[in-house]
Amino acid sequence: MQRYILIRFLQCLLALWVMSVIVFSLARMTGDPLDVLLPMEAGEGERERVAHHWGLDRPLYEQYFVFLGKALKGDFGNSWKWQGHTAMGLVIERLPATLELAGVAIAISVMLALPFGVLTAVWKDTLFDSLGKIVALLGQSLPSFWLGIVLMWIFAVHLGWLPTSGRGSWYHMILPAVCLGWFQVAAMMRLVRSSMLDVLDSEFVKLTRVKGLPEWKVVWKHCLRNAAIAPLTYFAVTAGVLITGSVVIESVFAWPGTGLLAVDAVRARDFQVVQAIVIVFSSVFLMVNLFVDILYAYIDPRIRY
Amino acid sequence: MALAIPQQVPWYLTPLRLLRGIFQVRRFPGVAMIILVFLLVIPGLFAEWVAPHDPIKGSLAARLKPPMWEKGGTSTYPLGTDKVGRDVLSRIIYGARVSLRVSLEAIIVSGVIGTTLGLLAGYFGGRIDGFIMRLVDISLGLPIILIALVFVAALGPSFATMNAVITVALWSRYARQVRGEVLSIKQRDFIARARVAGASHLRIMFRYLLPNVVNSLIVLATLQVGFVILLESSLSFLGAGIPRPTPAWGLMVADGRELIVTAWWIAMFPGLAIMLTVLSMNLVGDWLRDHLDPKLKNV
Repeated sequence: MQRYILIRFLQCLLALWVMSVIVFSLARMTGDPLDVLLPMEAGEGERERVAHHWGLDRPLYEQYFVFLGKALKGDFGNSWKWQGHTAMGLVIERLPATLELAGVAIAISVMLALPFGVLTAVWKDTLFDSLGKIVALLGQSLPSFWLGIVLMWIFAVHLGWLPTSGRGSWYHMILPAVCLGWFQVAAMMRLVRSSMLDVLDSEFVKLTRVKGLPEWKVVWKHCLRNAAIAPLTYFAVTAGVLITGSVVIESVFAWPGTGLLAVDAVRARDFQVVQAIVIVFSSVFLMVNLFVDILYAYIDPRIRY
Repeated sequence: MALAIPQQVPWYLTPLRLLRGIFQVRRFPGVAMIILVFLLVIPGLFAEWVAPHDPIKGSLAARLKPPMWEKGGTSTYPLGTDKVGRDVLSRIIYGARVSLRVSLEAIIVSGVIGTTLGLLAGYFGGRIDGFIMRLVDISLGLPIILIALVFVAALGPSFATMNAVITVALWSRYARQVRGEVLSIKQRDFIARARVAGASHLRIMFRYLLPNVVNSLIVLATLQVGFVILLESSLSFLGAGIPRPTPAWGLMVADGRELIVTAWWIAMFPGLAIMLTVLSMNLVGDWLRDHLDPKLKNV
């Protein structure tokens, strides 16, 4: 067990390191940073002085280690676009909005996926089950940004029930959170359904029935408890989907979170901020993955290296 | 013998049955195929002949025309025009070409890279296998949208950047699939015989192993087309994909976003095109998987 955790942990570090190499080398590929730092008419002496000041005259691998050392301390330099802010400061400032949205999205998806997944399993091969299948199929193929715009069009423009964009009251959160949660609903519902079907078929469920327990207690207490394990592990995938989703959905609804910051930074070619976001998001993503894998290994003893 | 009296089907069940028939994956997804041909293949290949207008040059006289069935719409612009007077239908037709091109290019490149690495890993095993599979693990663990953002921030949006990003995301799946199958195929007699007959490593890999994994490669590639189209359109929507003014579906939705109050059709139709294409592609992929390669249940 310890060995497994250690290997997985090292793999995560390795992945993070690969990410940092990608980020660093792409930043250098965009061109000589000196051209950005200096005015056109700067002389040779001036160039050398500035290069020395920023450490740009040192060999590339040394520059990488300097970058890595600073990155480990959370220092990604100053933003080019948002003057007077550090890249990391911007990310941290925007992070709560993203976490808030993601939290509500997860809550919504669990609240919908669990009951509907159970019901589609209990009422297998009925109309309800087919509807579930259609929802799952749509979940795979609906572009989230478009779904966001369509919902905005219906509920904000036509019906006027909800605000179109921005952050403020609870009402602002409903549309983006539903859009973000929608895909998990589709996927998780199918997972709950298939594991419920397995459980419903097992011996101990027959026993509870023979004992004469009411059907609702059999389904919602005894079956659901056992069937909930598989969907739990799905949260690893969820982390990735939420990161992708937050970038897309936040820019649809102008939600002032890290995802929107990422898109704005990419548009402005503000590489320092992009670097900071990518490293922070990747760490979160890898940590969640690691956590779920470890959890899963505890729950299911068959998983071993 | 009593004749079986045909049971009366309640009226409300008939359309639902039909719907269920369409969504049943075991049967051949005919409707999905028709949608694909008319939405992706024909427009993608013959855009010049099919599209009624130029997709990039608009006429300012015909700005923000609604679709033909709305008040004020004309049959010259069946799905309306956008804010610079470009025909939405023509842009969707040319947009199919972008989706088709990106998915073909990206899937072929990542398929070739992934398959080659998978063959090497499975065939040689040992340290080569270990190294390649570590790469696969890492690549499967990286969140793709972030890689896309870094690439685009550094290199700017273009077809080439897009292909690079999608290749980084997809190659590992091919590698893992091919390697797994090669591991079992290489134990079979005909490989041993080929080796005894003096076939070179290269010849064994590409002449004897490759043909045996082609089926699952086709299934995998089909299942990924939908994913690639979604990824491409999401990135284009964010301004991190195909550069303007190329008519890409995701870009069109982005253009329509700010005008959703006054001109809903600009964002609505390209989004529908994405959804229908991806949905049909997934259905066809599911069907292919069930029929060509039942081993792939979990892809």
